[in-house]
Amino acid sequence: MFGKRTLSTGTLILLLALVMTACVAPQAAPAGEQAAPSGEQAQAGGGKLEVFSWWTSGGEAAALQALFDVYSARYPNVEIINATVAGGGGSAARPVLQTRLAGGDVPDTWQVHPGYELLGQYVEPGYVEPVTSLYQEEGWEAVVPEALRAMMTKDGELYQVTVGVHRGNGFWYNKKLLAENGIEIGATLSVDEFFAIAEQLKAAGVTPLCVGDSGIWASAQLFENTLLGVIGPERYNGLWDGSVRFDEPDVKQAMEVYGRMLDYQNDDHAALSWDQAVKKLMDGGCAFNSMGDWAYGEFVNAGKVDNEDFGWVSHPGTDGSFMIVADGFVLGNGAPNRENTINWLRVIGGKEAQEAFNPLKGSICARTDCDRAKFGPYHNWSMDSFAKDALVPTVVHGSAAPADFQQALNDAVTVFVVDKNVDAFANALVAAAQSSGFGR
Amino acid sequence: MTTASTDSTPAVRTTPVETRRWRLSETMQTVLLLLPSIVALAVFVYVFISFTFWVSLSNWRTLKVDLSLREPLFATYGELFAMARWQADLRNTFVFTVFFIAFAVTLGLTLAVMLDRHLAGHHIFRNIFLFPYALSFVVTGVVWRWIFNPETGLNLLFELLGVNYLLAQIGAGPLRPGWITDPTVVAQVNGILATVLPGAESWQVRWGIPLAMIPVAIAATWQLSGFVMALYLGGMATISEEVREAARIDGASEFQIYHRVIIPMLRPVTISVVVILLHVSLKIFDLVYTMAGVGPGFATDVPAIFVFEQMFKATRYNLGSAAAIIMLVLVALVIVPYLASTLKEES
Repeated sequence: MFGKRTLSTGTLILLLALVMTACVAPQAAPAGEQAAPSGEQAQAGGGKLEVFSWWTSGGEAAALQALFDVYSARYPNVEIINATVAGGGGSAARPVLQTRLAGGDVPDTWQVHPGYELLGQYVEPGYVEPVTSLYQEEGWEAVVPEALRAMMTKDGELYQVTVGVHRGNGFWYNKKLLAENGIEIGATLSVDEFFAIAEQLKAAGVTPLCVGDSGIWASAQLFENTLLGVIGPERYNGLWDGSVRFDEPDVKQAMEVYGRMLDYQNDDHAALSWDQAVKKLMDGGCAFNSMGDWAYGEFVNAGKVDNEDFGWVSHPGTDGSFMIVADGFVLGNGAPNRENTINWLRVIGGKEAQEAFNPLKGSICARTDCDRAKFGPYHNWSMDSFAKDALVPTVVHGSAAPADFQQALNDAVTVFVVDKNVDAFANALVAAAQSSGFGR
Repeated sequence: MTTASTDSTPAVRTTPVETRRWRLSETMQTVLLLLPSIVALAVFVYVFISFTFWVSLSNWRTLKVDLSLREPLFATYGELFAMARWQADLRNTFVFTVFFIAFAVTLGLTLAVMLDRHLAGHHIFRNIFLFPYALSFVVTGVVWRWIFNPETGLNLLFELLGVNYLLAQIGAGPLRPGWITDPTVVAQVNGILATVLPGAESWQVRWGIPLAMIPVAIAATWQLSGFVMALYLGGMATISEEVREAARIDGASEFQIYHRVIIPMLRPVTISVVVILLHVSLKIFDLVYTMAGVGPGFATDVPAIFVFEQMFKATRYNLGSAAAIIMLVLVALVIVPYLASTLKEES
């Protein structure tokens, strides 16, 4: 009935119409979306709250849920949107968050580590709002240690509410295996003591040290802890403000010690993840493992008993220091549900939420007044350390230095593990610190 | 959507049909029909490539967007090529590409010839060989990670089969390779390169064959040789039986038929296969990331992992973009001559 040309013209016009409407439609949608929540929020105490994190594994997810439960008990009408992205250490979540921030789609609140990650990545570009008034209203300045507050402060304003603190410089050991070899560990362990024991174990055919560096950060963390142990907390802190260089003699000595420790590590370190290394220790495959206290959860889940199957001490030489690996939340600048977010931060900074969260997460409260009876022997030990020791920032978990230095450290460690070249290692870190903007 | 189309459709029907006017607008019709995809291509491919290139020249190295140009202009590229890690990545890509293509083409062609012989059950085997291609690279990576784990995989099998016992009997050491955890680089050619290329002695990377890369090439071969086989089988199906008959009458053996007749006739297929495999190997990410990661001393790191880590872990957008642009150039070096020759043949 219609000619071929008429048909094709018809198709053409239809196609064009499709394209044009397709172009118009998405523009209209966001406006509608934005209108909806603000309208809902006008109703007292209602609305939504989007919490962005990478807590998806068993204990972490349960701990996050505990925070939600405390919040919901107080604000039952608020609908919580649990925006988690799976992936250890936020490896998958961070790219998503970065994309959202760059695109102006700001979550109400998201998980963050204090120190550089907070101040450099989020505060400086203006992605978050200060929460200093919350600290004043709730009296948190009296219970949150000053060194931790300093890691969350820029130009006199506080920007984060920390919910839990891990101790990064843990040194775990298989107590039974050591006992079989006639070794008992005291309350502290020095670097020399460690090497004496390691030599003894090696002679007896036991692998002294387990490392699982298929994710290289685990070996970088071994270096970070060793560095702290050899040069001490003051010099360690100096590295991050540029007053100490990475090629100074004591730092190079720490690199040598790290290299010597690697001589005692398991052959299959590159094939294991950090938790498989802990598992290997439990199974008697080696004696020691240097890891933050998230390793404690692995021992508990495997049914191991504190001070019977396994024990702990500060990483050699780091007694008197507490390597802070803390998690907290921020107030997003332009958060769609600002009021609900402020209430969220008020809740998670409080004692009730932190006492519910931390036993499940395997960390301790970011405040010094939590009920000690709610925590086991390890965490009580960690709380003592938190209250009296020098608090230092971790570089491996993003607190001490910018992300590009963190990556450069991982890269330098990847090479060092193979060639053990101290000078090249030191030079690489000096260059990275300069390029990153804090080294001289 | 519906409103727009109902509005416009009656307008077409009422327009009187004039042949001459329609003929004039034929070019316009073509342009208009192609316009949507041209616009989409322009925006989603070329605009973004240009943007990536701009970023690679910029100062953007934190989460804060900074598109101001860096002084001197190509400083980021200089920095990139001075990095030991990037040098290792280029070496690894080269080694991986050579091994992977050699393995995959050889195995794929062998399988195709065998199936082409119409042996019993060749239908079943054709599907079996093609199955790995249906898996995602991530799955392949995880499985082969277990196989090439020095504690649990092949080495355990060697132990169970008594290989090491036999080796001990003849006085040889145990066979216990580190596979993907082996940082050794064999056949180092830094010395030779230094005599040929000026400035090569300052390279920080050991040029040679990182042993850990070979298991990765094997895993990639396992996944893609079935695909290569399918392409070759397709090519062989187009060669008529008369050609083979003629060769037989001329007294060619079965080996000679393949060696002298069939395989030379499959040259266009071979070129396509190599080009497809090349761009797979230049862009490979997921298989390596899940199977071996960056490897000890960057023994298994590849450019795509570098780009990902610099962009999203280190937030060094300029450095990551520079690496991405170099990857694009490498792929273009392969694809553009291929496309050019194909276009020439068509016209």
